[in-house]
Amino acid sequence: MPETPAITETSVAGAVDAALTAIAAATDSAELKVVRARHTGENSALAGFNAAIKSLPGTEKAAAGKLVGAARGRLTQAIAARDAELVEAEESARLAAESVDVTALASRQAAGARHPLSLLMEQIGDIFTGMGWEVAEGPELENEWFNFDSMNFDEDHPARAMQDTFFVDPVESHLVLRTHTSPVQTRSMLDRTPPIYVVAPGKTFRTDELDATHTPVFHQVEGLAVDKGLTMANLRGTLEHFARLVFGEEAKIRLRPNYFPFTEPSAEMDVWQPHAKGGARWVEWGGCGMINPNVLRASGIDPEEYQGFAFGMGIERTLQFRHDLNDMRDMVEGDVRFSQQFGMVV
Amino acid sequence: MRVPLSWLGEFVELETGTTPDAVHAALVKVGLEEEGVHEFELSGPIVVGQVLEYVDEPQKNGKTIRWCQVEVGEAEPRGIVCGAHNFAVGDKVVVSLPGAVLPGPFPIAARTTYGHVSDGMIASARELGLGEEHDGILVLSTLGLDPAPGTDAVSLLSLDDSAVEVNVTPDRGYAFSIRGIAREYSHATGAVFHDPAASVPLLERALDAPEFPVAIDDRDPVRGRVGATVFITRAVRGIDPTRPTPPWMIARLTLAGVRSISLTVDITNYVMLELGQPLHAYDLQALDGGITVRRAKKGEKITTLDGRDRTLDAQDLLITDGSGPIGIAGVMGGARTEVTDATTDVLVEAANFDPVSIARSARRHKLPSEASRRFERGVDPAVAVAAASRAVQLLEQLAGGVADAVGSDHSTHRAPSAIELPTGYVAALVGVEYTADEIERALAEIGARIEMVDAGLLVTPPSWRPDLTDKSTLAEEVARIDGYHRIPSILPTAPPGRGLTRAQRLRRSVSAQLAAGGATEVLSYPFLSQRSNDLFGAAAPGPVTAMRLANPLDSEAPLLRTSVLPGLIDIARRNLSRGLTDLRLYEVGTVFRPEAGTSYGSGPLPVGNARPSAEVLAELNAGIPPQPRHVGGVILGNAVARQVGQPAVAASIADAIAAARQVGAAVAVQVDVRQGSHQAMHPGRTAELLVNGTPVGYAGELLPSLAHDLDLPRVVAVWEVDLDRVIALAPLEPSPSPIASYPAATQDLSLVVPVDVAAGEVLAAVVDGSGALLEDARLVDDYRGAGLPENSKSLTFALRFRAPDRTLTAGEASDSKLAGAAVAAERFGATIRE
Repeated sequence: MPETPAITETSVAGAVDAALTAIAAATDSAELKVVRARHTGENSALAGFNAAIKSLPGTEKAAAGKLVGAARGRLTQAIAARDAELVEAEESARLAAESVDVTALASRQAAGARHPLSLLMEQIGDIFTGMGWEVAEGPELENEWFNFDSMNFDEDHPARAMQDTFFVDPVESHLVLRTHTSPVQTRSMLDRTPPIYVVAPGKTFRTDELDATHTPVFHQVEGLAVDKGLTMANLRGTLEHFARLVFGEEAKIRLRPNYFPFTEPSAEMDVWQPHAKGGARWVEWGGCGMINPNVLRASGIDPEEYQGFAFGMGIERTLQFRHDLNDMRDMVEGDVRFSQQFGMVV
Repeated sequence: MRVPLSWLGEFVELETGTTPDAVHAALVKVGLEEEGVHEFELSGPIVVGQVLEYVDEPQKNGKTIRWCQVEVGEAEPRGIVCGAHNFAVGDKVVVSLPGAVLPGPFPIAARTTYGHVSDGMIASARELGLGEEHDGILVLSTLGLDPAPGTDAVSLLSLDDSAVEVNVTPDRGYAFSIRGIAREYSHATGAVFHDPAASVPLLERALDAPEFPVAIDDRDPVRGRVGATVFITRAVRGIDPTRPTPPWMIARLTLAGVRSISLTVDITNYVMLELGQPLHAYDLQALDGGITVRRAKKGEKITTLDGRDRTLDAQDLLITDGSGPIGIAGVMGGARTEVTDATTDVLVEAANFDPVSIARSARRHKLPSEASRRFERGVDPAVAVAAASRAVQLLEQLAGGVADAVGSDHSTHRAPSAIELPTGYVAALVGVEYTADEIERALAEIGARIEMVDAGLLVTPPSWRPDLTDKSTLAEEVARIDGYHRIPSILPTAPPGRGLTRAQRLRRSVSAQLAAGGATEVLSYPFLSQRSNDLFGAAAPGPVTAMRLANPLDSEAPLLRTSVLPGLIDIARRNLSRGLTDLRLYEVGTVFRPEAGTSYGSGPLPVGNARPSAEVLAELNAGIPPQPRHVGGVILGNAVARQVGQPAVAASIADAIAAARQVGAAVAVQVDVRQGSHQAMHPGRTAELLVNGTPVGYAGELLPSLAHDLDLPRVVAVWEVDLDRVIALAPLEPSPSPIASYPAATQDLSLVVPVDVAAGEVLAAVVDGSGALLEDARLVDDYRGAGLPENSKSLTFALRFRAPDRTLTAGEASDSKLAGAAVAAERFGATIRE
């Protein structure tokens, strides 16, 4: 047991001064902890004073207690203040030490990409579902009846020749890879009753060798509307709305007479591109027209009661002239650099 | 169809100076799309020259050149070196003077050659763009011309003409003629049209000559239509075979894309281009008796004009004489009765043949000709007489022939039937409020006959419009003649929609998830070789049933894919060959999965213009093989690239399984794996993928030997699942439970099991045994080595427990954990490793 210290203002002040000096001298929070233990802990001078209070006469206890209590208070405050200083300094040092070159960090996951043709088909689907239409689908390998006969192609129509259409062996089985998405029109009309408003995006096939402007496997979207009282004016209205959403507000539509077995009257549609590279231009976008009465009859719809319109365009072609792409092969070959230019948005 | 403007201008008013572009702009409005412009592409001084004298000068290279003095209408003759020898002193020739440009472009300048300054060039017909003739230079007397030296040869030879080329749609065969295009130009511009068929003096009726019988004997019409409805023939005798084709005709034929052959043949081609009626000229003296038009006999043969022997089909319509076939009707004539450069007497044929019969023959013999092209699309049956008359007229005027009354005037074609056009119909279809007057005017303009009836109009189309068959075709004519620009724009209102279908939404979700996970979407071709299909189409070796194309582009790849992997692998190889070595690709696409032993397809097709019965539709659909959508991927190189402070992580089966699990996550199902085997995959690194216990696909690494054969790195992670099946297995809607907010208790559990026990199964045992308190369990370590019995491993699972209604005690969590361990012990002899 150490000797009982005398509790005097001087002795207490001496202990406090010694402690304050040590607190101020502490350079990190660990050292401060040691200082705290030494100057406020069990073996500290203050603890000694505390113990000594007990042996003082009753009349002195209060004053001594107050004196020692004030001293402890000062020290606690000083330690807390110093601790805050030290913690802040240490945190700053740590933050400084933890800083990195943000341009040299590892990336945990590379970004992938959708194929722009898929994105464009989805975008078109969204445009039309937004107008209340449905997105319809059908098989890619079709019976000829859906691909040709129901679309008012005569059995001797040149498109049915082997130089245009992929036939399944044997040819007499009447199975073809669909040459257009039109069989989906027939399927939509067979499955539904008017009013019918559908778009059918999808894969189509023709026996063209791959080159800068042709591919044997390509994509189309077709639209079909069957209702009472639909006219060519509704066709134009739909196409203009569609064109503006795909090509921008300034897009315009021009219709030119043309021939398709499945529409009458038929039209070729051009779209006006005011900001095309190389100057404003009309670009051929697709075919359209009022549904031929025979096509309605093929699905059991009375052409005297209902009328409708249909339109179709190539997705590759749409992407090509929307984004000034010159070579069809880029869309086909699957070079990841092509799709990655689009990422997740077309 | 190519249309020389000078020719067009004969039948419709063309203002002077009308450019090809202006003609195109007019024609496109009525539906004749622009294809191009054809010109002779020459300019500068090209004049008539007369050879005054020449010297033949042999050269060291073995050639003999002619050093000519040529009078070109200037003060002095010009000295010109010429390599050809087919001319004499005094001959008139075409000289391109320095400054001229011939087609090529081939600019002419005075230049030193063979020791002379050649002050121009004497041109051949080919050098002027007048056909392929290259037997020396063009001597103008051979064209029957004798102009003065210095005359402008460009206008002399009509080389200043140009032609527009338009695309003629298959419904309008009549536009395969200058006559038809002139009519359309008149529709587009309002310019006055003169029908050339109406201005030809028609021949008198043929004599019924007993020595020259003509018969149409079609005993087996194709699709019930008689092969020849019109058969006009006329003999022309005494033709002078030495007469040249006049230069204006050569120029027009050339611009129209038809080669000049001989005057007689040129005249038949000229009339065909002018009136749209294909003509054929037979050498009358080579004909054996009269003519019979009939179907071929089985095995019958003919040598056609192109010198090829062809075996005929019983459906081919033939022109025959006493000796047998002398032509495939409407397609190509025979060699035996061909007009030669000695022919003086010809029989001109102007017939109308059934479009279907001609189309089939042309296709069968791979002989698309100018004639078959027109017959397939429909030739005006009423123009045959005018065409025969026009040909006879030209043979008389230009070739010195004399018409003969021998021939035939067979014609059984019927006038088109009238179509009722109800009042208001056109407006209701097109959306333009046409006046009655506008409708009548438009229909009258195209040549239709109109009568008023109670219900509206009774419209009889002109003979050249077989495409006008019902009121909708008439509506198109009104809209076309009036102009499509008048059609207003009105957005229709569809009934309220339902948005995308569930399957469509889920497929989008899958694709978005995979792309977000770092994969790039590709779209491969579905054409595969037998080997690829057999290898990837089934897990076990053996032939895989697949659909085969009758006419594949590549005979090595005639099958439709049963798996998306071969296409993905091809695309991966292409990317690799371009130096892109870390790849993560995916594709969503249709595969074609016929069932073994099922025969697909249908019998004869139902008609196209009526709804088939439910039974017939069901049969058509049953004949279409299943075409599920698959999604698959290829991952190779590094899954995580080498970067600062981080080593590369090579792609492996783990990436393949992770991708398949992303597909599951995208449609809210859990994809489970178990050890599997697939013939195309590494035997020890293949997982079978399951959803609710149903197999949905495979993930693994390609068989290294296969990867080697494909020039791929040894490790190629691949995966494929049947997306339609996964979507079918996905819950229609999520079934969420309330979220418990009491504290969780986490504990680790290490179990020692034999090495060959699958960790997934041990985990399943722990999950089964731990009961409802176990909220989450995952494998965090697989330790083998010191401290364990031989052939065993220690699997550590991190477990999280929670009760829905109270704070769990450590004891409760431990009891639950031990219950899990007990099930693992029971199933696999697992012991707890302390």
